[in-house]
Amino acid sequence: MNALELAGVTYTYPGSAAPALRDVTLEIAQGEFVVLAGGSAAGKSTLLGVASGLVPHFHGGRFDGRAEICGMGLREHGPAALAVEVGTLFQDPETQVVMGTVRAELAFPLENRGHGGVAVARGVEEVALALGIESLLERSTVHLSGGELQRVALGAALAGRPRLLVLDEPTSQLDPVAGDELLGLLARLNEEWGTTIVLAEHRLERCLGAADRVIALARGEVVCDAAPSGFLEWAHGAAPALETPGATLIAGLGLAPAPAGVKQARSTLRAAGLLPDPPQAQAEPEPASRWRRERGRPANLRLRRVWHERSGGPAILAGVSLSVAAGERVVLLGRNGAGKSTLLRHAAGLLEPTRGQVQRSGRVALLLQNPGDYLIHDRVGDELDATELQRAGLGALADRHPRDCSGGERQRLALAIVTAGEEPPAVLCLDEPTRGMDRAAKATLAQELIAHSQRGVAVVVATHDPEFAAAFATRAVLLADGRVLADSSPADLLSGGWYFATETARILGGHRGILTPAQALAQLGAVEASPGARR
Amino acid sequence: MSYLRRASPLHAARASVGAAYCAALVFAALELGDPLVLGALALALLGAGAAAGVGGRVARSLYLSVPMAILIVAVNALVSREGLTVLVRLGDAGPLGQLDITLEAIAYGAKEALVLVVIIAACALAGAAVDPDELLRSLRRVSFRSALTATIATRMVPLLALDARRIGEAQRCRPRPAGRLAVMRAITANALDRSLDIAATLEVRGYGSARRPRRARRPWSRHDLAFAAAAAAIVALSIALPAPFSFYPSIHGPLGARTWLLAGGLVLAVLAPFAQRRGILR
Repeated sequence: MNALELAGVTYTYPGSAAPALRDVTLEIAQGEFVVLAGGSAAGKSTLLGVASGLVPHFHGGRFDGRAEICGMGLREHGPAALAVEVGTLFQDPETQVVMGTVRAELAFPLENRGHGGVAVARGVEEVALALGIESLLERSTVHLSGGELQRVALGAALAGRPRLLVLDEPTSQLDPVAGDELLGLLARLNEEWGTTIVLAEHRLERCLGAADRVIALARGEVVCDAAPSGFLEWAHGAAPALETPGATLIAGLGLAPAPAGVKQARSTLRAAGLLPDPPQAQAEPEPASRWRRERGRPANLRLRRVWHERSGGPAILAGVSLSVAAGERVVLLGRNGAGKSTLLRHAAGLLEPTRGQVQRSGRVALLLQNPGDYLIHDRVGDELDATELQRAGLGALADRHPRDCSGGERQRLALAIVTAGEEPPAVLCLDEPTRGMDRAAKATLAQELIAHSQRGVAVVVATHDPEFAAAFATRAVLLADGRVLADSSPADLLSGGWYFATETARILGGHRGILTPAQALAQLGAVEASPGARR
Repeated sequence: MSYLRRASPLHAARASVGAAYCAALVFAALELGDPLVLGALALALLGAGAAAGVGGRVARSLYLSVPMAILIVAVNALVSREGLTVLVRLGDAGPLGQLDITLEAIAYGAKEALVLVVIIAACALAGAAVDPDELLRSLRRVSFRSALTATIATRMVPLLALDARRIGEAQRCRPRPAGRLAVMRAITANALDRSLDIAATLEVRGYGSARRPRRARRPWSRHDLAFAAAAAAIVALSIALPAPFSFYPSIHGPLGARTWLLAGGLVLAVLAPFAQRRGILR
C-alpha cells in the first residue's frame, strides 16, 4: 500500500477559473522522503491539501480523479478521518497551535480519537521526548518562540504516530538554526520511524540532502519526478530558478553529478582538484572600530548606543551603534530574538529608545514582515494613486482585490505604499521580506532594492536568508542578544559561518569570501579540472 | 487574562477546584452586605493573589475596576433618593426633580463598587491561576464542542490582539495613514482569515471526528482538598453568618462580634490553603 496515490487528479478552487492541479498522477511509497519543488502558485500547497484531505473537503471546489491516502479513498474520507494516518504541518506556527499549553496541544489529537487518560499521557510523553520538547510541556503556548511553536505543532502532528507527514514550507518563518534543526528532525523521523515525509520548500538547498525524490510542479502539473540529482540536472536546463546554488556551481564548472548537498558538491570539486584549501583562521572584526571610523561621515540613519529595555524584562537592544550612509545596502542577520526587528522599529520611529539616540536625515520607510498588513482597501487601485501604481509596475492590477494578488505582488504593492509620497525616503527598512518567496521573486526584489540604493536611499534589510543577503547587500551586520557581534562586508560575514553562510560559501569553505556561484565561476572557472570528472 | 504558570498551592490544585474557589469568592462578594467584611474579603483576595504568585495580575485588575467603581459611586449618588443625611444640595434638575447628594447614597454606591472590585479581582485570580485547558477539558465530558470553542476563543484573544497591534504598526508606516474605519475592516478581515486557519488546523488534528473523552482518574491532592474545603467554608460563612447592615434611610451597621467573626473567618478561609507548600511545582 502506498502512502499517497493520485490518478488523474484535477482540482479547481471555488471561484477560480484555472485549475490549481491538472491531471496529476503519482505514487509515493511508504517511507519515502519527497520534496515538492516549484515556484509560487505552482500547486505545491494544493497537492499537500489533497494529501491531508483539506482539498476538497475543507476548501470546496471541483475535484476530478482518484486519490488514496494510506489506503483510504479521498472521496469517502475527510481530513478528520485521514488525521489518523496523516500528520500535517503548515507554514505559520501561530495558527497551528490551538490550545493554551504545550501539554494540552500535544494531547488534543489523541483526545479527539477518544483515547483514555493513560494513553493520552503516554502519547504526549513519547512525542515530547522524541522531539526534545519535554521541557516545554508545562509552558503556555502564548509565550513560545516561532521555532518552539513550530516544534510543538510538529509534535501535535506526530502525536498519533501518523504514517504520512505533509509539511508546507515549515521553515519559512524560522531562523537558519531552528530551520536546520527542524529539517534534521524530519530526516530522523524518516530514518528511524519510517514516517513518509512530503515536504514543500522553496529553499531546496536546505532539504535536498535528506530527500529520496523530488517532484517539481508548474502551473499545477508535475513537470519532473526524479531523484535529487536527476531533478537538479533537469532544473539546470528547464527551470533554472529551482536550481540550487551548489548545482549551479557544479554545472557551471562542467562537472557532474549535480550535488544534492554541500558534502556531495565538495566531493565532486575535490575529485576535480578544484576544492580550495580551507582559509587560515582570521581574527573577528571589531564592531566598535567601524563605528568610530564612520562617526564623522554623513549618514542617512545613525543609531547611537541605542538600548531597548523592557519594563520588568530583558534588554532587547543593548547599546547598538550603527550608521548607514546614502546608497548603502545593509543586511541584518541573527537568530530569532536577536533584536533585528526591534532595531528596524527604532530606525522607523515606531519605538523610542529607553537610552541612546536615533538620528534620521529624512523619512524612514519600513516594510514589516507581513505585507498584507499594509493592504486595507478592496481594490489595489485604492491603495495608491494611478501614477504611483504605474511606477511600481502594478498598473494592471488596479481592479484586483489585494488578497487575490500573489505573495510577490503583495510585497511589491506594500513596498510601493511605504516608499510613495512627495519625497522619497532617506532610509528603506525591510523586515524578513523573502518569507515564502520563490527564487525568481527574491531576485526581482533584490534588483528593486539595488535600484532604490542607486537613487541614494540607504537600505537596511533584516533577513534569515543568506542567499538573498549575498544577492543585494554591500554590508552585513550580525546581531545576537541585542548587540552587534560583527559589522563587515558580506564576503567576510557570509563566507565564514556555518548557519549564516551561503551554500556556495559552505561548499568552498569560505575561500576568498566567495558567496555566489557566479563569483565562484569567475574565480575557479579558469582552473583545469581533471578530465574524468567532467561531464 | 492569560494563565500564568507558577509554583503555588492554587496552581497545584486541580482546575475545577481552583475555579470553584474563585467562584466562592464571587459568591461571597455578592452575598455579603457589610462593607467591613467586604473590605476584609478584598484584602484577603489580594493576599491570595500574592500567595499564588500572581499578585501583580490581581492588583492590575484595579486599573479596570476602580474607574468603574468611581462611576458607580457617582451615578448612585446622583440617582438615589433614599438617604436622609444630605451632604450637598444641587438644586432643581428639571424633570429629574431635586438633586441631593446624601451620605447613604455614597456609602451604598461605595459598597456596590467594592463588590465589583472583588468580583473583578476574583476573576483576575482565576484567569491567572486556573489552567483554562484543564478546566475546559474537564467540561468536555459535559459538552465537548462548546468547551473546545471556549478553549479556542481564549487562545484567539491574545493572537488577535497581536494581529491588531501589527496591523496598527503597519498603518503607522504608511506615508498617508488610512482612516480608522478602513483599519478596523482590515483587522476584522484578518480575524476571519485567522479563524479559517485555525479551523483548518482543527480539521487536520481530527476535531471533525472527535469523540467524547474517557474520564481520566486522578487522585485528590492535599491542595485539591484544601481549596475545596476553603470554597465550602467561604460559601457557608457567607450564608450562615450574614452581618446585619443597612444603608437606607440611614446607615446602621453595628460592629458586633458577628461582624468580626465573619471577617476573620473569611480571611482565614481564603488564605489558609496557601499555608501548605508541599508539592506545589507542576
